[in-house]
Amino acid sequence: MSNNSANSNNLVIAQKAVKQLRLEASVRRIKVSQAAADLKTFCLQNAHKDPLLMGVPSSDNPFRPPKSCSLF
Amino acid sequence: MGEMDQMKKEAEGLKSQIEAARKAAADTTLADAASGVAPAPRVQLKTRKTLKGHLAKIYAMHWATDCRLMVSASQDGKLIIWDAFSGNKINAVPLKSSWVMTCAYAPSGNLVASGGLDNMCTVYNLKTPVVKTVKELDAHTGYLSCARFLSDTEILTASGDTTCALWDIETGKQKTVFLNHVGDCMCLALSPDMNMFISGACDSLAKLWDIRDGTCKQTFQGHTSDINAISFFPSGNAVVTGSDDCTCKMYDLRSDQEVISYQDAQLNSGVTSLALSVSGRLIFAGYDDFNCNIWDSLKGEKVGVLSGHDNRVSCTGVPQDGMCVCTGSWDSFLKIWN
Repeated sequence: MSNNSANSNNLVIAQKAVKQLRLEASVRRIKVSQAAADLKTFCLQNAHKDPLLMGVPSSDNPFRPPKSCSLF
Repeated sequence: MGEMDQMKKEAEGLKSQIEAARKAAADTTLADAASGVAPAPRVQLKTRKTLKGHLAKIYAMHWATDCRLMVSASQDGKLIIWDAFSGNKINAVPLKSSWVMTCAYAPSGNLVASGGLDNMCTVYNLKTPVVKTVKELDAHTGYLSCARFLSDTEILTASGDTTCALWDIETGKQKTVFLNHVGDCMCLALSPDMNMFISGACDSLAKLWDIRDGTCKQTFQGHTSDINAISFFPSGNAVVTGSDDCTCKMYDLRSDQEVISYQDAQLNSGVTSLALSVSGRLIFAGYDDFNCNIWDSLKGEKVGVLSGHDNRVSCTGVPQDGMCVCTGSWDSFLKIWN
């Protein structure tokens, strides 16, 4: 590859990098305090529906075969 | 050469601008904001099932949307479809190449996919009398590290060739190639609304992509080594990453930055895999040290550990209904915990 085409290749790469950075710089950012509040709220509001957090009663545990008693 | 210097200067300027904007938004940390939240209960999960059948290291697993079936991939050259409720094997799919690194279950339950050092993503139909290969998706020039179905007709892949791609399964062609990482892509995760996906790579960056227009929307830095695992927080507003730098991090998409890091001075093994519980409160992270640590996502504290494997935990997954967590290991076993 001649020096000139290597240079123009590098320039194209640099131009793409700048274009990408411009895009990322233009993102609208909210304050972390607001983001954190929303994450907290989501966790707390969904906690009661989270079996791994709440525990799974043996009777409802599909991975645990139910123990049955037979009365004769 | 003037233009090159100009580009460099503009790039540096933009990077400083982004850093300043992030700092301006950083009025607190997640841990501080969550200081008033009651700590998560000490989580003590038991192994309910040990799935035995693979003859070599397990590299990947993925739950079906019915929360009962799951697929695992091992370098014994097989995909096994398991009924996790009974522990029975439903299917064993022989792979053309045993160097498998990923597997995926389609949301419909009709298809599964695998891929690895063969650089291809192979899609199989589980519903034909004998499992049949539907398509071999061949265009990546590097290993396939991760695949996820959007539907029976579209699949996303991440590759060691530094690109991710969206494929049309019927034509076998790439519809969109996602170019921006400068290191091997190691993992990807779909957003809950399926419009975006996030990728993690060996360049230590996580990138958010718009699936339809193919552009990288945001880049998240902070890790100091390869990102091996990535997942969306269930609200879709944050992502969690796991890295060879032994930490996991949460990045909030709307404040465009890291909001908490999950680390411990005593932990010096890389993170291989991670999965979140349905409320997002618990993070199950698999490590090279044979354990899976459980983190309180809001407070950044370790609240439990899943010990039981005799080798590296290579994959973890929580089904959609959140009823358990599955860990897969190089010890050739999968364990179901709750």
